[in-house]
Amino acid sequence: MNKVTNAYVPFCSEIKEVIRHTDIEYTFRMEYHGQVRPGQFFEVSMPKYGEAPISVSGIGEDTVDLTIRRVGKVTNEVFENYVGDHLFMRGPYGNGFEVEKLGGHELVIIAGGTGVSPVRGVINYFGEHSEKRDALTIITGFKSEKDILFKEDFKRWRDQMNVILTLDSGEETEEHKVGLVTKFIPELEVKDLDTAVAVVVGPPPMMRFSIMGLLDRGFKEENIWVSQERKMCCGLGKCGHCRIGDQYVCLDGPVFRYIQSKDMMD
Amino acid sequence: MGYFITVEKLDRVLKALSESYEIYGPKLFVRGGRFTDTDMIRYDKVASWEEMEWSKRSDYSFKEVLLPLRQTLFYFTEDRVKEADPERTKGALIFLRSCDLHAVKRLDAMYLRNGEADYYYSRLRKKVRFVLVGCQSAGESCFCVDMKTNVSEEYDIGLNIREGKLEVDCKWEEASALFDQNCSSKTEVAVDHVTETRTRVKIPENLSSAIAKASMWEEYSRRCIGCGRCNFVCPTCTCFTMQDMYFDENGKTGQRRRVAASCMVDGYTDVAGGGAYRRKKGDRMRFKVMHKVYDFKQREGFHMCVGCGRCDDICPEYISFSHVINRLEEGMKEVCGDE
Repeated sequence: MNKVTNAYVPFCSEIKEVIRHTDIEYTFRMEYHGQVRPGQFFEVSMPKYGEAPISVSGIGEDTVDLTIRRVGKVTNEVFENYVGDHLFMRGPYGNGFEVEKLGGHELVIIAGGTGVSPVRGVINYFGEHSEKRDALTIITGFKSEKDILFKEDFKRWRDQMNVILTLDSGEETEEHKVGLVTKFIPELEVKDLDTAVAVVVGPPPMMRFSIMGLLDRGFKEENIWVSQERKMCCGLGKCGHCRIGDQYVCLDGPVFRYIQSKDMMD
Repeated sequence: MGYFITVEKLDRVLKALSESYEIYGPKLFVRGGRFTDTDMIRYDKVASWEEMEWSKRSDYSFKEVLLPLRQTLFYFTEDRVKEADPERTKGALIFLRSCDLHAVKRLDAMYLRNGEADYYYSRLRKKVRFVLVGCQSAGESCFCVDMKTNVSEEYDIGLNIREGKLEVDCKWEEASALFDQNCSSKTEVAVDHVTETRTRVKIPENLSSAIAKASMWEEYSRRCIGCGRCNFVCPTCTCFTMQDMYFDENGKTGQRRRVAASCMVDGYTDVAGGGAYRRKKGDRMRFKVMHKVYDFKQREGFHMCVGCGRCDDICPEYISFSHVINRLEEGMKEVCGDE
């Protein structure tokens, strides 16, 4: 048997910066040297509390951003740590988004809440490389004004692409609209529905209804991409928790073409 | 090469091998069952042939030798991690039946090939030798013939139980010398295997994920209590959950371990924020059954289920796995029509 490395032992990574978006959502800029793709994830661990899969929300020189929402018992503990402290993590895992497969055509990215994290790198890439795509529209939804993530990015994105920022509730302003993301799908302007590409990431119901909306609008099943989220204990294709049918979200995903994922039965 | 050997002489061979190998076999635990006054047969270390119980199939499989129910991965302090020592440093000699030897292939598929090879499994899988014990008749709930696991060739030592003695076929050089010294005589040996079972299963050829819409699963939402015993006795179930145990109050030192998990038990799919998939027991049953006789094969090319029937016997609600398999055909008719 060949030499097998121990992929379970995490490495220690310094917290370089903490960006506070909302009361419960912070971005932790972590020291990391290596290749990583948007949509991939790390298993982030806090001894005593266990591990949780967290997707990469930004990639810098020698850093990765992890946007963490304070919802589980692991993520609560992470919030007690700040700059200069460290977290144990391992990864990156999963396929992530391959920008080459998304580029070249009109592109629509629909993301809800923390679902913006895995696609933030994709939005940044196509924002900066307008030559790699046709028209770009992003539809991003948050619960209310205080839940908006990546506020600084939106300022830049508005100059680079068509931005629809919508809130579930509140007053409509110049900055944002009110209504679910699905409300804006029928009115999307698309020149060529045969080639237009869409990416959908967010909570399961939001994804389901957004995909229905895109199909109604005339998007092709094979041109829609999704990123799935499941419980994962290893990220290595062993623990079994993330399996859907014959697919392992940690190995084969979390990014899937809709045409493939539509038949995957939990 | 084949041999006739007495039980006493076999024990001598085992004693010699035990220098470098721990020996594991099914052992009877009197009053060790899950109900009052019931016994249990499960795997444990043994030193002699007589300690092993072959009159009935073991309630639990050999898999814990390779996949301990609880396995410490590492110990941690504030900023350091120390890998746990292996549970076993010697090799292992495992006595098992044909269905279980086929299960080893499933465990290997999962832990050596699905993604990169697993470090802790690889560590325990090294230097493992298998003794196949031939079956002269099938148990009540066995269905190995239909799962094509009744015949095994990939053993190191094959063994038939005969009146007053044993027949041995040895493919393993290190042990051959020992059998040469201890055998009564040499002979040609073919390891016994069954060619028919009372319990039969038929997996429909048109089976697909469409079966999820069949009404048969609703019945299991009512009957199944989600105890997970079927998973824990299964020689091919491999799921685990990560657990951190801490040794001090502030949680700065402790250990991370993995423990056997069950897709039938609550919490298996829980994600942060309260989300969960397959809340209904019927959906969990479908998820498990389809993995055993469909999804795994899609990925690996052979069925996961080896037809040992342990899950049928252990279920406190008398849910028969083989019966569920046999209902799939009807279920497919229901969702696809008769075409």
